[in-house]
Amino acid sequence: MLKIRVIPTLLWKETGLVKGVGFSSTRRVGTILPAIKVYNTRQVDELIVVDVVATLGQREPDYTTVDAFSSHCFVPLTVGGGVRTIEHIKNLLKAGADKVCINSAAFDDPSLIKKAAMLFGSQCIVVSIDAVKNARGEYECYTHSGTTPTGILVKDWAVTMQELGAGELLITSIVHDGSMSGYDLELISLVTSNVQIPVIASGGAGCYDDMYQAITQSNASAVAAASIFHFTQQTPLEAKKYLGSKGLPVRNVYMGKNSNKQDGLKAWQ
Amino acid sequence: MVVLIVDYKTSNLGSIKRAVEMYAPSVIVSDNPADAKKADKIILPGIGVFADAMSYLKKHGWVDELTEQVVYNNKLFLGICLGMQLLADIGYEGGDTPGLGFIPGSVAKLQQMPHERIPHVGWNEVYSTQQDSLFQNIPNGADLYFVHSYAFTPRNPEHILATTPYAGGFVSAVQANNVFGVQFHPEKSTPVGFDILRNFLSR
Repeated sequence: MLKIRVIPTLLWKETGLVKGVGFSSTRRVGTILPAIKVYNTRQVDELIVVDVVATLGQREPDYTTVDAFSSHCFVPLTVGGGVRTIEHIKNLLKAGADKVCINSAAFDDPSLIKKAAMLFGSQCIVVSIDAVKNARGEYECYTHSGTTPTGILVKDWAVTMQELGAGELLITSIVHDGSMSGYDLELISLVTSNVQIPVIASGGAGCYDDMYQAITQSNASAVAAASIFHFTQQTPLEAKKYLGSKGLPVRNVYMGKNSNKQDGLKAWQ
Repeated sequence: MVVLIVDYKTSNLGSIKRAVEMYAPSVIVSDNPADAKKADKIILPGIGVFADAMSYLKKHGWVDELTEQVVYNNKLFLGICLGMQLLADIGYEGGDTPGLGFIPGSVAKLQQMPHERIPHVGWNEVYSTQQDSLFQNIPNGADLYFVHSYAFTPRNPEHILATTPYAGGFVSAVQANNVFGVQFHPEKSTPVGFDILRNFLSR
Protein backbone atom coordinates (compact mmCIF):
# COMPACT_ATOMS: atom_id res chain seq x y z
CA MET A 1 0.00 0.00 0.00
CA LEU A 2 0.98 3.63 -0.46
CA LYS A 3 3.38 4.76 2.22
CA ILE A 4 3.23 7.82 4.41
CA ARG A 5 5.86 10.36 3.38
CA VAL A 6 8.06 12.36 5.75
CA ILE A 7 9.38 15.37 3.86
CA PRO A 8 12.06 17.73 5.15
CA THR A 9 11.44 21.31 4.06
CA LEU A 10 14.52 23.38 3.37
CA LEU A 11 13.99 27.11 3.63
CA TRP A 12 16.27 28.87 1.24
CA LYS A 13 16.92 32.29 2.65
CA GLU A 14 20.42 33.19 1.62
CA THR A 15 20.81 36.45 -0.19
CA GLY A 16 24.58 36.48 -0.38
CA LEU A 17 26.01 35.14 -3.60
CA VAL A 18 28.68 32.52 -3.59
CA LYS A 19 30.98 32.04 -6.49
CA GLY A 20 31.25 28.36 -7.18
CA VAL A 21 34.74 27.02 -7.85
CA GLY A 22 35.11 26.18 -11.50
CA PHE A 23 31.75 27.79 -12.33
CA SER A 24 31.37 31.05 -14.13
CA SER A 25 28.04 31.84 -12.50
CA THR A 26 27.43 32.87 -8.95
CA ARG A 27 25.09 30.80 -6.89
CA ARG A 28 23.17 31.14 -3.66
CA VAL A 29 24.23 27.81 -2.30
CA GLY A 30 24.56 28.38 1.41
CA THR A 31 23.37 25.53 3.60
CA ILE A 32 20.83 24.01 1.21
CA LEU A 33 23.21 22.01 -0.95
CA PRO A 34 25.00 20.26 1.91
CA ALA A 35 21.61 19.41 3.43
CA ILE A 36 20.42 17.92 0.14
CA LYS A 37 23.55 15.81 -0.12
CA VAL A 38 23.10 14.45 3.40
CA TYR A 39 19.42 13.66 2.96
CA ASN A 40 20.18 11.87 -0.29
CA THR A 41 22.47 9.42 1.40
CA ARG A 42 19.76 8.63 3.96
CA GLN A 43 17.01 7.67 1.49
CA VAL A 44 14.66 10.47 2.49
CA ASP A 45 11.19 10.19 0.88
CA GLU A 46 11.13 13.61 -0.81
CA LEU A 47 12.52 17.10 -0.33
CA ILE A 48 10.83 20.49 -0.50
CA VAL A 49 12.93 23.60 -1.10
CA VAL A 50 11.22 26.95 -0.65
CA ASP A 51 12.90 30.09 -1.93
CA VAL A 52 11.79 32.54 0.74
CA VAL A 53 13.68 35.43 -0.86
CA ALA A 54 11.92 34.99 -4.21
CA THR A 55 8.51 35.01 -2.55
CA LEU A 56 9.07 38.21 -0.60
CA GLY A 57 11.15 40.02 -3.18
CA GLN A 58 8.88 39.21 -6.09
CA ARG A 59 11.80 38.07 -8.11
CA GLU A 60 12.07 35.20 -10.50
CA PRO A 61 13.00 31.71 -9.36
CA ASP A 62 16.74 31.06 -9.34
CA TYR A 63 17.03 28.37 -12.01
CA THR A 64 20.80 28.18 -11.95
CA THR A 65 20.88 27.25 -8.30
CA VAL A 66 17.92 24.86 -8.64
CA ASP A 67 19.89 23.12 -11.35
CA ALA A 68 22.82 22.86 -8.94
CA PHE A 69 20.53 21.42 -6.25
CA SER A 70 18.93 18.87 -8.54
CA SER A 71 22.26 17.65 -9.83
CA HIS A 72 22.90 16.33 -6.31
CA CYS A 73 19.36 15.23 -5.63
CA PHE A 74 18.24 11.72 -6.48
CA VAL A 75 15.04 11.89 -4.50
CA PRO A 76 11.85 13.66 -5.63
CA LEU A 77 12.32 17.41 -5.31
CA THR A 78 9.59 20.03 -4.97
CA VAL A 79 10.60 23.64 -5.48
CA GLY A 80 8.55 26.66 -4.44
CA GLY A 81 8.86 30.36 -3.81
CA GLY A 82 8.15 33.13 -6.30
CA VAL A 83 6.56 30.82 -8.88
CA ARG A 84 4.22 33.13 -10.79
CA THR A 85 3.93 32.12 -14.45
CA ILE A 86 3.83 29.16 -16.81
CA GLU A 87 7.36 30.10 -17.92
CA HIS A 88 8.57 29.88 -14.31
CA ILE A 89 7.06 26.41 -13.92
CA LYS A 90 8.45 25.22 -17.24
CA ASN A 91 11.92 26.49 -16.44
CA LEU A 92 11.91 25.04 -12.93
CA LEU A 93 10.91 21.61 -14.24
CA LYS A 94 13.64 21.92 -16.83
CA ALA A 95 16.13 22.91 -14.15
CA GLY A 96 15.41 19.73 -12.25
CA ALA A 97 12.37 20.20 -10.04
CA ASP A 98 10.04 17.21 -10.09
CA LYS A 99 7.17 19.25 -8.71
CA VAL A 100 6.61 22.97 -8.29
CA CYS A 101 4.83 24.64 -5.43
CA ILE A 102 2.61 27.66 -6.04
CA ASN A 103 1.00 29.89 -3.41
CA SER A 104 0.45 33.60 -3.90
CA ALA A 105 0.31 33.51 -7.69
CA ALA A 106 -2.77 31.27 -7.62
CA PHE A 107 -4.74 34.03 -5.87
CA ASP A 108 -3.72 36.58 -8.49
CA ASP A 109 -4.72 34.26 -11.31
CA PRO A 110 -6.35 30.93 -10.45
CA SER A 111 -6.34 29.96 -14.12
CA LEU A 112 -2.56 29.56 -13.78
CA ILE A 113 -3.22 26.30 -11.93
CA LYS A 114 -5.58 25.05 -14.62
CA LYS A 115 -3.17 25.91 -17.43
CA ALA A 116 -0.22 24.40 -15.60
CA ALA A 117 -2.09 21.16 -14.90
CA MET A 118 -3.08 20.89 -18.56
CA LEU A 119 0.43 21.56 -19.81
CA PHE A 120 2.55 19.65 -17.31
CA GLY A 121 0.08 17.31 -15.63
CA SER A 122 -1.56 17.69 -12.22
CA GLN A 123 0.99 15.49 -10.57
CA CYS A 124 3.71 18.13 -10.71
CA ILE A 125 1.59 21.00 -9.42
CA VAL A 126 1.51 21.41 -5.64
CA VAL A 127 -0.60 24.28 -4.32
CA SER A 128 0.56 25.66 -1.02
CA ILE A 129 -1.96 27.27 1.33
CA ASP A 130 -0.92 29.23 4.41
CA ALA A 131 -3.70 29.54 6.97
CA VAL A 132 -4.63 31.65 9.95
CA LYS A 133 -7.81 31.39 12.01
CA ASN A 134 -9.59 34.74 11.66
CA ALA A 135 -11.70 36.65 14.19
CA ARG A 136 -14.76 34.61 13.23
CA GLY A 137 -12.94 31.38 13.97
CA GLU A 138 -12.66 30.41 10.31
CA TYR A 139 -9.41 29.37 8.62
CA GLU A 140 -8.45 32.05 6.12
CA CYS A 141 -5.78 31.93 3.41
CA TYR A 142 -2.79 34.24 3.76
CA THR A 143 -0.18 35.00 1.09
CA HIS A 144 3.37 36.34 0.80
CA SER A 145 4.88 34.18 3.48
CA GLY A 146 1.88 34.59 5.75
CA THR A 147 1.75 38.39 5.81
CA THR A 148 -1.27 39.26 3.65
CA PRO A 149 -4.88 38.11 4.33
CA THR A 150 -6.89 37.23 1.24
CA GLY A 151 -10.42 37.12 2.64
CA ILE A 152 -10.76 33.66 1.11
CA LEU A 153 -11.56 30.68 3.31
CA VAL A 154 -9.15 27.73 3.23
CA LYS A 155 -11.97 25.23 2.79
CA ASP A 156 -13.27 26.95 -0.34
CA TRP A 157 -9.83 27.58 -1.79
CA ALA A 158 -8.73 23.97 -1.31
CA VAL A 159 -11.77 22.74 -3.25
CA THR A 160 -11.23 25.32 -6.00
CA MET A 161 -7.59 24.39 -6.40
CA GLN A 162 -8.51 20.72 -6.66
CA GLU A 163 -11.11 21.50 -9.30
CA LEU A 164 -8.60 23.50 -11.32
CA GLY A 165 -6.16 20.62 -11.36
CA ALA A 166 -3.78 20.87 -8.42
CA GLY A 167 -2.17 17.47 -7.78
CA GLU A 168 -1.42 17.97 -4.08
CA LEU A 169 -2.05 20.57 -1.40
CA LEU A 170 0.60 21.69 1.10
CA ILE A 171 -1.25 23.12 4.10
CA THR A 172 0.69 25.26 6.57
CA SER A 173 -0.52 26.75 9.81
CA ILE A 174 1.18 30.12 10.16
CA VAL A 175 0.72 30.17 13.92
CA HIS A 176 2.06 26.65 14.47
CA ASP A 177 4.92 27.04 11.99
CA GLY A 178 8.24 27.06 13.80
CA SER A 179 6.59 26.48 17.18
CA MET A 180 7.37 22.77 17.33
CA SER A 181 4.16 22.34 19.36
CA GLY A 182 2.33 20.12 16.91
CA TYR A 183 0.51 20.51 13.61
CA ASP A 184 -2.84 22.30 13.54
CA LEU A 185 -4.92 19.13 13.40
CA GLU A 186 -8.21 21.00 12.99
CA LEU A 187 -6.84 22.83 9.95
CA ILE A 188 -5.43 19.70 8.32
CA SER A 189 -8.68 17.78 8.94
CA LEU A 190 -10.68 20.61 7.41
CA VAL A 191 -8.78 20.23 4.16
CA THR A 192 -8.47 16.43 4.02
CA SER A 193 -12.18 16.03 4.58
CA ASN A 194 -13.04 18.33 1.69
CA VAL A 195 -10.68 17.17 -1.08
CA GLN A 196 -9.73 13.84 -2.66
CA ILE A 197 -6.18 14.78 -3.63
CA PRO A 198 -3.20 14.14 -1.35
CA VAL A 199 -2.64 16.66 1.45
CA ILE A 200 0.77 17.38 2.96
CA ALA A 201 0.60 18.72 6.52
CA SER A 202 3.04 21.48 7.37
CA GLY A 203 3.81 23.76 10.29
CA GLY A 204 4.44 22.76 13.88
CA ALA A 205 6.08 19.36 14.04
CA GLY A 206 8.13 19.15 17.24
CA CYS A 207 8.26 15.41 17.78
CA TYR A 208 7.52 12.22 15.91
CA ASP A 209 4.19 11.84 17.65
CA ASP A 210 3.04 15.14 16.15
CA MET A 211 3.48 13.53 12.73
CA TYR A 212 1.59 10.46 13.90
CA GLN A 213 -1.32 12.66 14.98
CA ALA A 214 -1.40 14.56 11.68
CA ILE A 215 -1.69 11.28 9.82
CA THR A 216 -4.08 9.35 12.04
CA GLN A 217 -6.24 12.19 13.37
CA SER A 218 -6.22 14.44 10.32
CA ASN A 219 -5.67 12.03 7.40
CA ALA A 220 -2.59 13.76 6.01
CA SER A 221 -0.92 11.72 3.24
CA ALA A 222 2.45 13.22 4.08
CA VAL A 223 4.06 15.38 6.72
CA ALA A 224 6.47 18.18 5.94
CA ALA A 225 8.75 19.61 8.59
CA ALA A 226 11.59 22.07 8.85
CA SER A 227 12.41 23.18 12.40
CA ILE A 228 12.34 19.71 13.95
CA PHE A 229 15.05 18.51 11.58
CA HIS A 230 16.98 21.78 11.56
CA PHE A 231 17.06 22.56 15.27
CA THR A 232 16.90 19.18 16.99
CA GLN A 233 18.59 15.82 16.73
CA GLN A 234 15.47 14.20 15.30
CA THR A 235 15.69 12.76 11.80
CA PRO A 236 13.32 11.69 9.00
CA LEU A 237 14.58 8.13 9.30
CA GLU A 238 13.84 7.95 13.03
CA ALA A 239 10.46 9.57 12.36
CA LYS A 240 9.59 6.76 9.98
CA LYS A 241 10.79 4.13 12.41
CA TYR A 242 8.48 5.63 15.02
CA LEU A 243 5.52 5.83 12.65
CA GLY A 244 6.18 2.28 11.48
CA SER A 245 6.35 1.02 15.05
CA LYS A 246 2.89 2.50 15.60
CA GLY A 247 1.53 0.54 12.66
CA LEU A 248 1.63 3.14 9.90
CA PRO A 249 2.84 2.12 6.43
CA VAL A 250 6.27 3.61 5.84
CA ARG A 251 8.78 3.08 3.08
CA ASN A 252 10.81 -0.07 3.38
CA VAL A 253 14.46 0.68 3.25
CA TYR A 254 16.35 -1.25 0.61
CA MET A 255 19.70 -2.47 1.80
CA GLY A 256 21.29 -2.83 -1.61
CA LYS A 257 21.81 -5.30 -4.40
CA ASN A 258 24.39 -7.40 -2.61
CA SER A 259 22.16 -8.41 0.23
CA ASN A 260 20.04 -11.51 -0.16
CA LYS A 261 16.36 -11.14 -0.77
CA GLN A 262 15.26 -11.82 2.77
CA ASP A 263 17.44 -9.09 4.20
CA GLY A 264 17.03 -6.93 1.15
CA LEU A 265 14.06 -5.17 2.66
CA LYS A 266 13.97 -3.70 6.08
CA ALA A 267 10.51 -2.55 7.10
CA TRP A 268 9.48 -1.36 10.48
CA GLN A 269 6.39 -3.30 11.40
CA MET B 1 26.96 0.36 -25.74
CA VAL B 2 25.26 3.60 -26.69
CA VAL B 3 22.13 4.60 -24.81
CA LEU B 4 19.80 7.22 -26.21
CA ILE B 5 17.54 9.22 -23.90
CA VAL B 6 14.79 10.80 -25.94
CA ASP B 7 14.40 14.52 -25.32
CA TYR B 8 10.85 15.39 -26.28
CA LYS B 9 10.65 18.50 -24.14
CA THR B 10 8.40 17.15 -21.41
CA SER B 11 10.65 17.18 -18.42
CA ASN B 12 14.02 17.51 -16.87
CA LEU B 13 16.39 14.85 -18.13
CA GLY B 14 19.19 15.51 -15.67
CA SER B 15 18.22 12.84 -13.18
CA ILE B 16 17.71 10.03 -15.68
CA LYS B 17 20.90 11.00 -17.53
CA ARG B 18 22.98 10.97 -14.36
CA ALA B 19 21.49 7.64 -13.33
CA VAL B 20 22.13 5.99 -16.71
CA GLU B 21 25.67 7.39 -16.90
CA MET B 22 26.55 5.36 -13.83
CA TYR B 23 26.10 2.15 -15.80
CA ALA B 24 26.50 3.02 -19.48
CA PRO B 25 29.70 4.36 -21.00
CA SER B 26 28.03 6.34 -23.74
CA VAL B 27 24.81 8.25 -23.18
CA ILE B 28 23.22 10.57 -25.73
CA VAL B 29 20.38 12.91 -24.79
CA SER B 30 18.88 14.07 -28.05
CA ASP B 31 15.89 15.70 -29.64
CA ASN B 32 16.97 14.42 -33.05
CA PRO B 33 15.29 11.12 -34.03
CA ALA B 34 18.17 10.24 -36.34
CA ASP B 35 20.30 9.64 -33.26
CA ALA B 36 18.17 6.58 -32.52
CA LYS B 37 19.97 4.84 -35.36
CA LYS B 38 23.26 4.77 -33.52
CA ALA B 39 21.81 3.76 -30.17
CA ASP B 40 21.84 0.20 -28.85
CA LYS B 41 19.24 0.97 -26.20
CA ILE B 42 16.59 3.65 -26.05
CA ILE B 43 14.98 5.24 -23.00
CA LEU B 44 11.80 7.29 -23.21
CA PRO B 45 11.32 9.21 -19.95
CA GLY B 46 8.66 11.79 -19.39
CA ILE B 47 6.15 13.48 -17.23
CA GLY B 48 3.25 15.39 -18.65
CA VAL B 49 0.17 14.77 -20.68
CA PHE B 50 -0.35 11.87 -23.12
CA ALA B 51 -1.99 13.84 -25.92
CA ASP B 52 0.63 16.60 -26.00
CA ALA B 53 3.52 14.15 -25.82
CA MET B 54 2.22 12.08 -28.75
CA SER B 55 1.60 15.24 -30.72
CA TYR B 56 5.22 16.27 -30.28
CA LEU B 57 6.62 12.82 -31.01
CA LYS B 58 4.60 12.52 -34.18
CA LYS B 59 5.39 16.03 -35.41
CA HIS B 60 9.14 15.64 -34.94
CA GLY B 61 9.51 12.26 -36.58
CA TRP B 62 10.03 10.24 -33.41
CA VAL B 63 7.10 7.87 -33.94
CA ASP B 64 8.45 6.60 -37.25
CA GLU B 65 12.07 6.38 -36.10
CA LEU B 66 11.25 4.68 -32.78
CA THR B 67 8.97 2.20 -34.55
CA GLU B 68 11.75 1.31 -36.95
CA GLN B 69 14.45 0.94 -34.29
CA VAL B 70 12.34 -0.78 -31.64
CA VAL B 71 9.78 -2.83 -33.59
CA TYR B 72 11.83 -3.71 -36.66
CA ASN B 73 15.39 -3.55 -35.39
CA ASN B 74 14.47 -5.00 -31.98
CA LYS B 75 16.49 -2.53 -29.97
CA LEU B 76 15.97 -2.65 -26.22
CA PHE B 77 13.55 0.06 -25.13
CA LEU B 78 12.51 1.36 -21.71
CA GLY B 79 9.60 3.75 -21.19
CA ILE B 80 9.44 5.53 -17.81
CA CYS B 81 6.23 6.96 -16.33
CA LEU B 82 4.57 8.79 -19.24
CA GLY B 83 7.09 6.97 -21.43
CA MET B 84 5.54 3.65 -20.36
CA GLN B 85 2.02 4.94 -20.98
CA LEU B 86 2.94 6.04 -24.51
CA LEU B 87 3.61 2.40 -25.40
CA ALA B 88 -0.15 1.85 -25.53
CA ASP B 89 -2.43 1.80 -28.58
CA ILE B 90 -4.52 4.57 -27.12
CA GLY B 91 -4.55 7.05 -24.25
CA TYR B 92 -7.50 8.91 -22.80
CA GLU B 93 -5.69 11.81 -21.11
CA GLY B 94 -6.24 15.09 -22.91
CA GLY B 95 -8.60 13.48 -25.44
CA ASP B 96 -8.48 10.10 -27.20
CA THR B 97 -5.02 9.84 -28.69
CA PRO B 98 -3.22 6.97 -30.41
CA GLY B 99 0.01 5.99 -28.67
CA LEU B 100 3.10 4.34 -30.04
CA GLY B 101 1.29 1.00 -30.07
CA PHE B 102 4.37 -1.06 -29.16
CA ILE B 103 2.32 -2.98 -26.57
CA PRO B 104 -1.45 -3.40 -27.10
CA GLY B 105 -3.51 -1.76 -24.41
CA SER B 106 -4.94 1.52 -23.24
CA VAL B 107 -4.20 4.30 -20.76
CA ALA B 108 -6.95 5.53 -18.47
CA LYS B 109 -7.30 7.37 -15.19
CA LEU B 110 -6.60 5.43 -12.02
CA GLN B 111 -9.73 4.11 -10.35
CA GLN B 112 -10.83 6.19 -7.35
CA MET B 113 -11.17 3.90 -4.34
CA PRO B 114 -12.59 4.91 -0.95
CA HIS B 115 -9.82 6.09 1.41
CA GLU B 116 -7.40 6.55 -1.47
CA ARG B 117 -6.35 9.77 -3.19
CA ILE B 118 -5.51 10.50 -6.81
CA PRO B 119 -2.86 11.43 -8.06
CA HIS B 120 -1.00 8.41 -6.75
CA VAL B 121 2.01 10.13 -5.20
CA GLY B 122 4.71 8.50 -3.14
CA TRP B 123 6.36 5.19 -2.43
CA ASN B 124 4.44 2.00 -3.12
CA GLU B 125 5.14 -1.70 -3.53
CA VAL B 126 5.98 -3.29 -6.85
CA TYR B 127 5.32 -7.02 -7.19
CA SER B 128 6.90 -8.55 -10.25
CA THR B 129 5.55 -11.57 -12.09
CA GLN B 130 9.00 -12.64 -13.24
CA GLN B 131 12.12 -12.70 -11.15
CA ASP B 132 14.58 -12.70 -14.03
CA SER B 133 14.29 -9.69 -16.32
CA LEU B 134 14.13 -6.14 -14.95
CA PHE B 135 13.47 -7.30 -11.41
CA GLN B 136 16.32 -9.75 -11.09
CA ASN B 137 17.66 -9.66 -7.52
CA ILE B 138 15.16 -6.97 -6.60
CA PRO B 139 13.18 -7.85 -3.46
CA ASN B 140 9.57 -8.49 -4.40
CA GLY B 141 7.38 -5.75 -2.97
CA ALA B 142 10.14 -3.12 -2.79
CA ASP B 143 8.86 0.44 -2.60
CA LEU B 144 9.42 2.61 -5.64
CA TYR B 145 8.39 6.22 -6.29
CA PHE B 146 5.21 6.96 -8.22
CA VAL B 147 3.65 10.26 -9.25
CA HIS B 148 0.76 9.82 -11.71
CA SER B 149 -2.97 9.92 -12.24
CA TYR B 150 -3.15 7.57 -15.22
CA ALA B 151 -2.04 3.99 -15.79
CA PHE B 152 -1.49 1.63 -18.71
CA THR B 153 -3.40 -1.65 -18.87
CA PRO B 154 -2.01 -4.08 -21.45
CA ARG B 155 -4.58 -6.11 -23.34
CA ASN B 156 -2.48 -9.27 -23.12
CA PRO B 157 -1.89 -10.35 -19.49
CA GLU B 158 1.42 -11.89 -20.53
CA HIS B 159 2.77 -8.38 -21.01
CA ILE B 160 2.25 -7.53 -17.34
CA LEU B 161 5.66 -7.52 -15.65
CA ALA B 162 4.65 -6.04 -12.29
CA THR B 163 1.64 -4.74 -10.38
CA THR B 164 1.12 -2.34 -7.49
CA PRO B 165 -1.68 -2.51 -4.91
CA TYR B 166 -3.43 0.84 -5.38
CA ALA B 167 -6.54 1.98 -7.22
CA GLY B 168 -7.79 -1.57 -7.17
CA GLY B 169 -4.40 -2.81 -8.38
CA PHE B 170 -2.72 -1.41 -11.48
CA VAL B 171 0.08 -2.49 -13.80
CA SER B 172 3.34 -0.89 -12.74
CA ALA B 173 5.68 -2.53 -15.25
CA VAL B 174 5.27 -4.15 -18.66
CA GLN B 175 7.38 -6.18 -21.04
CA ALA B 176 6.87 -7.43 -24.56
CA ASN B 177 10.12 -8.95 -25.85
CA ASN B 178 12.58 -6.06 -26.17
CA VAL B 179 10.10 -3.42 -25.01
CA PHE B 180 9.93 -2.51 -21.31
CA GLY B 181 7.91 0.05 -19.41
CA VAL B 182 7.86 1.13 -15.75
CA GLN B 183 5.27 3.46 -14.24
CA PHE B 184 7.52 4.42 -11.29
CA HIS B 185 10.62 6.62 -11.55
CA PRO B 186 13.68 4.41 -11.11
CA GLU B 187 15.95 7.48 -11.31
CA LYS B 188 14.18 8.93 -8.27
CA SER B 189 13.95 5.69 -6.33
CA THR B 190 17.52 5.23 -5.18
CA PRO B 191 18.96 2.72 -4.59
CA VAL B 192 16.50 0.00 -5.70
CA GLY B 193 15.46 2.01 -8.75
CA PHE B 194 19.07 2.28 -9.82
CA ASP B 195 19.45 -1.51 -9.57
CA ILE B 196 16.45 -1.88 -11.87
CA LEU B 197 18.04 0.52 -14.35
CA ARG B 198 21.26 -1.46 -14.12
CA ASN B 199 19.32 -4.63 -14.94
CA PHE B 200 17.93 -2.99 -18.05
CA LEU B 201 21.28 -1.62 -19.14
CA SER B 202 23.10 -4.90 -18.66
CA ARG B 203 20.70 -6.99 -20.77
